Amino acid sequence: MCEPAATARESAGAAGPPRVALRSLDTLWFQVGGTVCNLACTHCFVSCSPTNHTHELMPLAQILPYLEEAAALGVKEYYFTGGEPFLNPEMEAILEATLRRGPATVLTNGLLIDRHRARRLRRLADAAEYSLDLRVSLDGYDAASNDPIRGEGTFERILAGISHLVEAGVDPVITVTEVYDDNASAEGKRRFFELLSGLGIDKPRLKILPVFHIGAEAERGGAYESWQRLAAGDAPPTGWDHLQCSSCRMVTDQGVWVCPILVNEPAGKMGEALADTLDSYPLAHPACWTCHVHGVSCKT
Amino acid sequence: MSNRKPQGQDEQRRRERERLAAHRGLATWGEKLVPLGSFREATAGAGRRLAPAGRAAATAAYLAGADDPTPVEGPFARIAVFGGVYNNHLGLATLLEDAARRGCEALYCLGDLGGFGPHPEKVRPLLETGDVRAIQGNYEESLAGGAGDCNCGYTDPRDNHFAALSYNYTAENSSPAFKAWMGTLPRRRRVRVGARELLLVHGSPRRINEFLFESTTPVPFLEVLLDQERADALLCTHTGLHWHRRLPSGRDAVNVGAVGRPPNDGRPEVRYAVVEERDDGLGVELVPLAYDHRALAEEMRAERLPEEFVETILSGWWTTCLEILPARERRVSKF
Repeated sequence: MCEPAATARESAGAAGPPRVALRSLDTLWFQVGGTVCNLACTHCFVSCSPTNHTHELMPLAQILPYLEEAAALGVKEYYFTGGEPFLNPEMEAILEATLRRGPATVLTNGLLIDRHRARRLRRLADAAEYSLDLRVSLDGYDAASNDPIRGEGTFERILAGISHLVEAGVDPVITVTEVYDDNASAEGKRRFFELLSGLGIDKPRLKILPVFHIGAEAERGGAYESWQRLAAGDAPPTGWDHLQCSSCRMVTDQGVWVCPILVNEPAGKMGEALADTLDSYPLAHPACWTCHVHGVSCKT
Repeated sequence: MSNRKPQGQDEQRRRERERLAAHRGLATWGEKLVPLGSFREATAGAGRRLAPAGRAAATAAYLAGADDPTPVEGPFARIAVFGGVYNNHLGLATLLEDAARRGCEALYCLGDLGGFGPHPEKVRPLLETGDVRAIQGNYEESLAGGAGDCNCGYTDPRDNHFAALSYNYTAENSSPAFKAWMGTLPRRRRVRVGARELLLVHGSPRRINEFLFESTTPVPFLEVLLDQERADALLCTHTGLHWHRRLPSGRDAVNVGAVGRPPNDGRPEVRYAVVEERDDGLGVELVPLAYDHRALAEEMRAERLPEEFVETILSGWWTTCLEILPARERRVSKF
């Protein structure tokens, strides 16, 4: 299927892929948990696991200079991901330092959020001038669908983490991937909302993300097809503002990457300091195709 | 890869070894399946480490703003600034009286004249009577351009459902002449109050529908924005929630809130800003304005507008468009 379109794309590719300029650096990401995770989800596009040390945990001391540079560049918001951010022993200190400069969101699997941590996070949020948001990942509305992706027994443990947050008065956003078509359907959303309201979340927020066919997901669900690339003529008339690489960068323990998706690509690294990375970047990776087609942004 | 639970430790170890072997170092697993030659070619120049002078130059180029040809109005000693009228002609009429009583020399409207409330055409004569200087909001941009929706920036289906109801009502009940007039409004204005130059926009200086909430609009971001715009103060609306921040540089950022809908605080009063010259800088008062909200609710019911909207006018709590609220603003929200 789609043979003619595929041919057209490939021939247009000869002119080179489009480039996206950094319109403004609004969102700064930190791979604060490295690629180290207490889970090994089968759809993880960065293949995180307990033993993947491609990127290491980031200490507070490594993050502070980036926060300083970000403030000078007028960054609007900060996001923390991994791996699992709460494996980082300095995570709460990092959040405290960040919240002095702007709003922060943490993407977590929820397993390490016990009652005590949930209460500490609430206190952090109350003491801060800016918003603190938590985003917990869940890949199915029951154990039978979630656990094959995130691991045996994780459904109950994730729900426990969410409940601890709710008890502490922190309403998390729930991130769901389209690992099953059903997850993003009207019926799927209804089941997720039902589950969340059962946990006491009055104003449930779902963030639905497509899967990226790289990392572990390439083996689970299949890799990109050769025609799934952007080519020179693909620029939409309204420009590239819908792509997050026009307004974000990702900091890991090894430098600054173009976006949160390409952190396992050496060529996704743009420099050591934020000032090295204010240039444009080519939309040449197949994952760029997903962002374009689905209009994806990793931020909430 | 099978999603089956591994049988025993050996199989578990074997699977883990397979995972690690496949992505040791900085390799992408997918490369085994999709060649990345063209990606590597296109990104050959990516990844640089600039010398300190190069970094300083890159940063300076990034921070440099462009000259703004917008003419500067004024100077005035005291002005009134409001936004988010949302067809609330009773609130607007009360505002005109209040601003006159306070001695405001000029009145500025930051856009979003329509939506939510009843009788769009009742707003226009009030703007003329008050000699109001207006800019376009996303509502005016959409109505003047004949767009199918308000471009409010929501993603939640329920929010979009109610946003569509109010947009369609306003579009059907606004005359072609009114819509054409909306299209003639500028996107920004610059006003001098005393010695200070104020930049007036709808959402933000960058985008007409960017939300600038208090808890997600940090000080360093505002300082850079004001540097780039070469302004002493930024005044905006669009979120419906008012706030004022005096920045460390002595400059000001103000969201004037909305005169059409109460700020989700359980009280029926709406808000607008009175901005004046003071010895110690800019004086900013976010004025709570009581008006005949019960009469407005009756008009809305007569027009068969959603009861959810009527409830907000009467109770002061938002019932729709809640999805976009940041964590801190959500926590004090009733719904």
